Amino acid sequence: MPDLLIELFSEEIPARMQGKAAEDLKKLMTDALVEAGLTYQSAGAFSTPRRLCLTVEGLTEESPTLREERKGPRTDAPEKALEGFLRATGLSKDQLEVRDDKKGQVYFATITKEGRKAPEIVAEALEGAIRNFPWPKSMRWGAGSLRWVRPLHSIICILTREDGAEVVPLSIDGITAGNTTQGHRFMAPGEIRVSSFDDYAAKLKKAHVVLDAAERAEHIWHDATNMAFAQGLEVVEDRGLLAEVSGLVEWPVVLMGEIGAAFLGLPAEVLQTSMREHQKFFSVRDPKTRKIVKFITVANRETADQGATILAGNQKVLSARLSDAKFFWENDLRIAKAGMQAWLDKLDNVTFHNALGTQGARVGRIADLAETIAPLVGADAATARKAAEVAKADLASEMVYEFPELQGIMGRYYAAEAGLSADIAEAAEMHYKPLGPSDDLPQNPVSIAVSMADKMDTLTGFWAIDEKPTGSKDPYALRRAALGIIRTVLGNDLRVRLERLIDTQMLAHTVALNTDTVAERDAYFLTQMVDEIADHGVFGAAFHAVADKLAKDKDQAFEVEEGTWLGNLRASLPQVSADLLAFFHDRLKVHLRDEGLRHDVIDACVAMPGNDDLLLLVNRARALGAFLATEDGDNLLQGFKRANNILTQAEEKDGVEYRFGADIKFAEDASETALFDALDTARGVISGALQDEDFATAMGAMAALRAPIDAFFEAVQVNTDNEIVRRNRLNLLHRIRETCLQVADLTRVEG
Amino acid sequence: MSDSKPRSFQDIILRLQNYWAAKGCAVLQPYDMEVGAGTFHPATTLRALGSNAWAAAYVQPSRRPTDGRYGENPNRLQHYYQYQVLIKPSPPDLQELYLGSLKAIGIDADLHDIRFVEDDWESPTLGAWGLGWEVWCDGMEVSQFTYFQQVGGHDCKPVSGELTYGLERLAMYVLGVDHVMDMPFNDPDAPIALTYGDVFRQTEAEYSRFNFDVANTDILLKHFEEAEQECEAILSHPIDDPKTGKKIIMAHPAYDQCIKASHLFNLLDARGVISVTERQAYIGRVRALAKRCADAFVQTEAGGAA
Repeated sequence: MPDLLIELFSEEIPARMQGKAAEDLKKLMTDALVEAGLTYQSAGAFSTPRRLCLTVEGLTEESPTLREERKGPRTDAPEKALEGFLRATGLSKDQLEVRDDKKGQVYFATITKEGRKAPEIVAEALEGAIRNFPWPKSMRWGAGSLRWVRPLHSIICILTREDGAEVVPLSIDGITAGNTTQGHRFMAPGEIRVSSFDDYAAKLKKAHVVLDAAERAEHIWHDATNMAFAQGLEVVEDRGLLAEVSGLVEWPVVLMGEIGAAFLGLPAEVLQTSMREHQKFFSVRDPKTRKIVKFITVANRETADQGATILAGNQKVLSARLSDAKFFWENDLRIAKAGMQAWLDKLDNVTFHNALGTQGARVGRIADLAETIAPLVGADAATARKAAEVAKADLASEMVYEFPELQGIMGRYYAAEAGLSADIAEAAEMHYKPLGPSDDLPQNPVSIAVSMADKMDTLTGFWAIDEKPTGSKDPYALRRAALGIIRTVLGNDLRVRLERLIDTQMLAHTVALNTDTVAERDAYFLTQMVDEIADHGVFGAAFHAVADKLAKDKDQAFEVEEGTWLGNLRASLPQVSADLLAFFHDRLKVHLRDEGLRHDVIDACVAMPGNDDLLLLVNRARALGAFLATEDGDNLLQGFKRANNILTQAEEKDGVEYRFGADIKFAEDASETALFDALDTARGVISGALQDEDFATAMGAMAALRAPIDAFFEAVQVNTDNEIVRRNRLNLLHRIRETCLQVADLTRVEG
Repeated sequence: MSDSKPRSFQDIILRLQNYWAAKGCAVLQPYDMEVGAGTFHPATTLRALGSNAWAAAYVQPSRRPTDGRYGENPNRLQHYYQYQVLIKPSPPDLQELYLGSLKAIGIDADLHDIRFVEDDWESPTLGAWGLGWEVWCDGMEVSQFTYFQQVGGHDCKPVSGELTYGLERLAMYVLGVDHVMDMPFNDPDAPIALTYGDVFRQTEAEYSRFNFDVANTDILLKHFEEAEQECEAILSHPIDDPKTGKKIIMAHPAYDQCIKASHLFNLLDARGVISVTERQAYIGRVRALAKRCADAFVQTEAGGAA
């Protein structure tokens, strides 16, 4: 069975595309070969900057011949039916066979699909793969119309058997497949003729090309770490960079160089970012001082001077780059030491979002909210406000303009240089966190206050202007912001009522969005509300408080009529807030799904009061989840559902509600009496436990109801003929429902 | 052409001229207008359009007002030179031709590390884009290498290969100079040896001050609008020239106005009077002109119309 070797040799393929392209080539080809009826034992794909390579071992020589029998019309059917059958099968009438069938004589066709030879199939598959290759971006060149990532120069396509290699006949837009390629562009120019994959890989290595990207990466990392280790240093790990650099060279040669003494005082992050982004250098660190002292670059060739010229050139370029960085740093330091006011002023002129105003206005809102949040998370309010006021200052610095990824990191340095406290400096960096589901959380209370205020301001702002995430579109990373708040609250065991924060900030946005357009009286009303909401918590209460106050001040009724601007606001704002809270609950479900908590269990807890206190909600959900996983829990749930169903049906049928007056004196059966006792006991325990937010104890008390409920249903018929007894039993069922619903809304639990 | 190392800025320019002349390019002269880059020369922008073959090389003085540093920065200039090569259709050995040009100016590929690093080129003002690389020599970007895919909103068929060398930076590297103003402009042993600074230090200071603080923004704005109007006006004339009776589409005169508008926009930008949101609008206005000029050019004989 032959082995297949394919190489697509082109001008330099972008490093970031190589790995996926090799896998795409493998998938496209093997899928097409299998689709055409060939089988193979194994396949492997490789890439270098100038080539994609595929090897397929143990390919079958030909696809099997397929015979298919098809039943046609009866011989006495109209001519049209026969014509259609001939068309569909591609046969002529004399090729058909007539057989006896139950209903008479019927035409039968035998369609034979001849097997095809591997070369023909391979050629067809490869042409298809090349013409339909899923490059992220492709181009034309010269006068041709073929598209590839960069100009495609040659194709190897050979089938290797024991008796030698056969070139698969194939020609695409003037490029004819052959058995030759080229080695390293500079170190081994000239043609290489190959006869098999092993021959190809060996000859390439001799021609200074390492075919396997993983091997190149390993080689680079090995040499780099050895070189650093020999001098008592360590290479800063950077997998993304390693992968990229491996895609920029066919013959990696690792060189270590010096960072000029003038630049060693720059922050480590600046050195690292400048070297990585501009030069694709690795940073080399002194493990004792944690300072970055050298760099490692990877050249694509060996030279007679052992890389001396290359290293000197790279050092020079780095010096020019770092001169720029140093220039930015020194300019920035002057402004930082002066208190950063110049940056804060600049933020007033930078647009954050067309509808949501400037960065300066945003910072003001975040500072207000951070001050509100501070006491809830154990931070000093004034410190939190100050921290929020300066947290975005570095966005106006030259360094962050040059390297946006250093936002926050530079802010921390600059806040320290401005003489601000360590808490405030830390918040400048940590308030951006967490950036993803596994990123570090802010832990310092000041950082927490600013982080939550920042994210809440963003969320309420985009909710206020109705730009919510839809489907896969989330351009402002609002899902990430909500998850950030959720993780911060849970990870730091914080007791915070989100509703109040949402309403506060939604109101702040409403004020900002409308001050220019609404009537003076309405604007005044709004600003009053901003003050009141701090005392009253949520929007509705604050609204009433302001209305009452205005009525008292003017000694006349202050009515907000429906249909007026304020009236509409009173109606709509709570809905928008509720929608945002529901968004938090959705994100919470996704977050908790990873720990195995079911969405219906969470729904059962979301339906309970205090659902904007995420920690309380999660504690309840975890306890409920654990409870339902026990046998007692599962049975109790069945008992509850049974009680609830019977009660609901009876209430619907009778048109009354059975809510009060279950009396033990009407109990006829011992199981009934026992249930009364059990419910009395449980009620006491549950309400006490819920008072203490001890959900485990509350669930335990509920579990104790399982046996009496089961026994009750076993022994008695609820819908008995005796109306008094029936009513009493229905009222008793209500007590079961009431007791259980204190703990969680079990009606929402599935199963 | 000697094999010895070049000794001056102009030596490098002359070697590039000789090299590309020897490779069959028409060596053109700079375009006589203020442009931001060599690409704006009609020998590139317009000639990349249409089906006619083309091969040209030239030096283009270029201006980027925001890069002015009063002649004090070792690398940054508001006026600098680009060397530009455009060949249509792009020949299959363009990479080798390019590497040959590096050798011609003294960059020996046996000692240096030359790399083609992904860099897709896009000019929002010209409505143009292409794929290619920035070419690195020992970690320094020495050229842009682009296969034009679209110009002025038109697909390039055939595709042109474009090479752009930033001459000052390249020359500083080859000559081993750390500050651009110290670079020998002519032969350092000439009776009157001149450095780059002797030629340009004063003008850099003058233009930096002018660009950043003095250029009258009202006048610039007015000129921008006039250029825009004139471009439209030129193209709205009927194709038939009443005087000669010939069909004359005035694509080039119209394109001159597009170039003007583009440079005026750059000056306004340097004066800091264009906000972030306005910026996009201005770029869109220049692009609209470039598109109209491209539309006009492809209807001409040079633009490949039959």
